[in-house]
Amino acid sequence: MDNKITVSNLDFFYGKAQALYDISIKIPEREVIAFIGPSGCGKSTFLRTLNRMNDTIPDTHAKGEVIIDGENIYAGGTDVVALRRKVGMVFQKSNPFPKSIFENVAYGIRINGIHKDKADMEVRVEKALRDAALWEEVKDRLSTSAFGLSGGQQQRLCIARALAVQPEVILMDEPASALDPIATQKIEELVVELKKDYTIVIVTHNMQQAARVSDRTAFFMLGKLVEFNPTKKMFTNPDEKLTEDYITGRFG
Amino acid sequence: MEHRIIDQKLDLLRDKLLLLGGATENALHRAMRALTERDSELAQKVLAEDEIIDQMEVEIDRFSIEILALQQPAAHDLRFVISVAKITPILERIADHAGSIADAALVLNDSPQIKELVDLPLMANTAAEMLRRALDAFTAEDAAVSREVIKQDQKINEAYRRVFDELLKMMVDDSTITNSAAHLLFVGKHLERIGDYVKDICELNVYLTEAAFIKHSGEK
Repeated sequence: MDNKITVSNLDFFYGKAQALYDISIKIPEREVIAFIGPSGCGKSTFLRTLNRMNDTIPDTHAKGEVIIDGENIYAGGTDVVALRRKVGMVFQKSNPFPKSIFENVAYGIRINGIHKDKADMEVRVEKALRDAALWEEVKDRLSTSAFGLSGGQQQRLCIARALAVQPEVILMDEPASALDPIATQKIEELVVELKKDYTIVIVTHNMQQAARVSDRTAFFMLGKLVEFNPTKKMFTNPDEKLTEDYITGRFG
Repeated sequence: MEHRIIDQKLDLLRDKLLLLGGATENALHRAMRALTERDSELAQKVLAEDEIIDQMEVEIDRFSIEILALQQPAAHDLRFVISVAKITPILERIADHAGSIADAALVLNDSPQIKELVDLPLMANTAAEMLRRALDAFTAEDAAVSREVIKQDQKINEAYRRVFDELLKMMVDDSTITNSAAHLLFVGKHLERIGDYVKDICELNVYLTEAAFIKHSGEK
């Protein structure tokens, strides 16, 4: 199996405060990887290093390598816009633009100049909405405001928006934490469906969600990667006592 | 370490399993006494009390499912609940074999004794000791003891072969004792099966403590 992302000896700092310590991990292509760990353990920070989303926070810096498809994204000369197109992101709180459903998905396609013409745009928007399992629910009201959608639908719209620019990796930061169980289940089914075409990294506080959707799980604590193993092993017989204590709720 | 809600449940589950184990040991012990001391009244008691053991099994099943559904255990907790859920029907089957020995005792006690019982009590004592040690090892999560107990089964198998040969010869030599000899042979077979079941319990303790599947692995 090919590794999509190889991280070696990554440290990360907010000012002088070190948030990540010597993280090394290999993320295989077309798998779902779950990041778990207590609040403040660094899992979201680490997620955001994978498309340099942390660059938007002043006075932060990274040391070490994040190699995606053979290229170190922290090397000088990296096109960060192209990187974020390739490594898309979905956030905890759905954040649609104050525009129509269609425009929300079309936006990224338009600014990246991906489409050929209007018809091609429509095809691309429909495909993204279908891939995000939202098309059937919105196809008759594409021109209405995205804010009229339910929370779960808005989150899937954000996933459609991420898919529209043809990424290869999708980073999800607690994508279902604000959703009810039915909407959560739809997101989870979608994640499993999407791994046929994409590499997905998902941060979650929901242990059962990590167990249900991921192929491998990484457990972080105090900025360190404690254990990275196939999810089946992690939840039946983890190597590390710390992991066992965390997933069985002995501390939180 | 924080006190977790699931800990109380797991402790209670363990207690229920050990109570079932105790009742099973008792059933085996009394069934053999009914046979060796020709005590048919005791055999009847063993049979009557099998219903209690069946109810204990149902209760553990119900409680295991409740823990899986409501507590969603993982890792060691999960292996513990799964092990208990798998050991429970094994204990119930051992108790069923004890009941069958009691049944045989009822038949045998109505006829003159055809031989002095040596190997059958030896098998029963070995099986009872294996069962006790297997349950202790489960409580202590001591896989090393479980592996020792697995080896003890050899002793039962050897005694069973002696019993089998001896009773077969007796049946050939004297056809008037065939009925009693056949029932003694059944007793031997029940004890031999109990030894196998105790081995299964030991294998589940190795799974619990080491997350290793040694059943069908060739490991002895």
